Amino acid sequence: MDYKEYEKIASQIRVDVIKEIHSAGSGHPGGSLSAADIVTALYFKEMNVDPKNPQMKGRDKFVLSKGHAAPVQYAALAEKGYFPKEELLTLRKLGSRLQGHPNRDKVPGIEMSTGSLSQGFAVCVGMALANKLNNDAGRIYTLLGDGELQEGLIWEAAMASSHYKLDNLCVIVDWNGLQIDGNNDDVMTVKPIDEKFKAFGFNVLVIDGHNFEEIFEAFDKARACKGRPTAIIAKTHKGQGVSFMTDQAGWHGKAPDEEQTKQAIEELGGEL
Amino acid sequence: MADKTATRQAYGKVLVEIGKENPDLVVMDADLSKSTMTAEFAKTFPERFFNMGIAEQNLYAAACGLALSGKTVCASTFAMFAAGRAFEIIRNSIGYTHANVKVCATHAGITVGEDGASHQTFEDLALMRTIPGMTVVNPCDDVSTRTLMKQVIDMQGPCYVRLGRAAVPTFYKEGAEIRLGKGNWLRRGNDASIVATGIMVSEAMAAADELSQSGIEVGVIDMHTIKPIDEDILVEAAKAGAVITAEEHSVIGGLGSAVAEVLSRKSPVRMAMVGQQDTFGESGKPEELKAKYGMTAADIVKAVKGLVR
Repeated sequence: MDYKEYEKIASQIRVDVIKEIHSAGSGHPGGSLSAADIVTALYFKEMNVDPKNPQMKGRDKFVLSKGHAAPVQYAALAEKGYFPKEELLTLRKLGSRLQGHPNRDKVPGIEMSTGSLSQGFAVCVGMALANKLNNDAGRIYTLLGDGELQEGLIWEAAMASSHYKLDNLCVIVDWNGLQIDGNNDDVMTVKPIDEKFKAFGFNVLVIDGHNFEEIFEAFDKARACKGRPTAIIAKTHKGQGVSFMTDQAGWHGKAPDEEQTKQAIEELGGEL
Repeated sequence: MADKTATRQAYGKVLVEIGKENPDLVVMDADLSKSTMTAEFAKTFPERFFNMGIAEQNLYAAACGLALSGKTVCASTFAMFAAGRAFEIIRNSIGYTHANVKVCATHAGITVGEDGASHQTFEDLALMRTIPGMTVVNPCDDVSTRTLMKQVIDMQGPCYVRLGRAAVPTFYKEGAEIRLGKGNWLRRGNDASIVATGIMVSEAMAAADELSQSGIEVGVIDMHTIKPIDEDILVEAAKAGAVITAEEHSVIGGLGSAVAEVLSRKSPVRMAMVGQQDTFGESGKPEELKAKYGMTAADIVKAVKGLVR
């Protein structure tokens, strides 16, 4: 199968991420770029959503639990047609719908206001329970950061997901190995991530989070798995696609300057 | 007035009643369903009850997810773990999204008794009051708990309901006019006004009787809704020239503060606040603790006399 189409969309989303954050003068490029392929796969193939009818009954829902990666979700929503792309350059500005962290009241397609780590995932537990109660076939997806796994609430939510057999819930961990203060391993070890989720009763899949074939295959397996939730542990690179940002903790929460923006967009094959 | 019922009992009873009429009502708990009294709902509607285990943060986050999916959710645990431990989840997930979650917290205040200071919450009204859009309710008896709970379920948006462990006298007659957001005059008097909430309403009524015997006539207001607070009734209360607040909560940030915020702006008046002073509690019988920590009718009498002279 040919994945060029998705790679192209992901590159465009990465270009928009850089433009958004440059325009805002602040924001989180590293974790937005590491998640770009996963978010592309969700919005452009995996999920049953309709930008013309964001509240469609029975839709799949995506919650960005690592809310600081808002620029990548905004870029994907705009690319998908939820709102005009020009609006991306209003990110973080006074009066903009595009808040520093996602707000469900303001932006169509945002299912949950996030930003305080771990709450997005735990809210998804309730959404998945509700879908079971309502016989709603919609699936619930949530993207977690690896540093986010240090929050205690993650494991409360994980325990409940498997206790209530939430096979309509799919957790994706953006495992780029870095957080604000440096390597996960130096700040607070989160490994082994796969074994932890297995111990909590999850169907666990470890994949390359930049390989569309592996991402799509994992989503297929998650959908087919009954009786327990799935955790996709996606190995990624922080800042993926931009050479000077790749695997650099320093690019967690910093905006590129004019020159860096130009270079990044050039490397991504985009236009200024 | 001889009847005594804990407000948590009334809560458990009315949940089942509402559950029969409202198929969208979901109840959640965190391993305390026999104490918060949600157990009866769990037994009656097992498919609409979720025990989240001893995990209060997840209790309120998951409640938010259910509410954002169209359910009306009552999520219960002890006040300490609801307003305290899960504060930031209630603020960021429930408050910020205006989710239709009713945080129904029991075992509030000093009357938790023997469990001691770790479980005696005096901060919950203060914490919950600061969340934009949060309605805050503290009913005083069986009838008002059941009446107000129905209104709480009918309103859209987040609400904090403070309930107690200990049995308290029933004041209201069945069918009494009790409206969310409206204080109730339980007694009129021109010398001073007592604004009380929760279990302190019965103490205020006892204090009013005692004061009357020494020729001081005080009015008593049941201020069951702390937020949004009934400003009109407070302005009326201030006409007596002295306002005494009574709550089973810290005098910092609770009912007393809420009343002062209104009256300092609309009708400045001399005030005294009866409640937990800036200190932790300890183990003991509820009545002993109320006496030791200054939350009895006698303490209200003293406060009134201090202002009225």
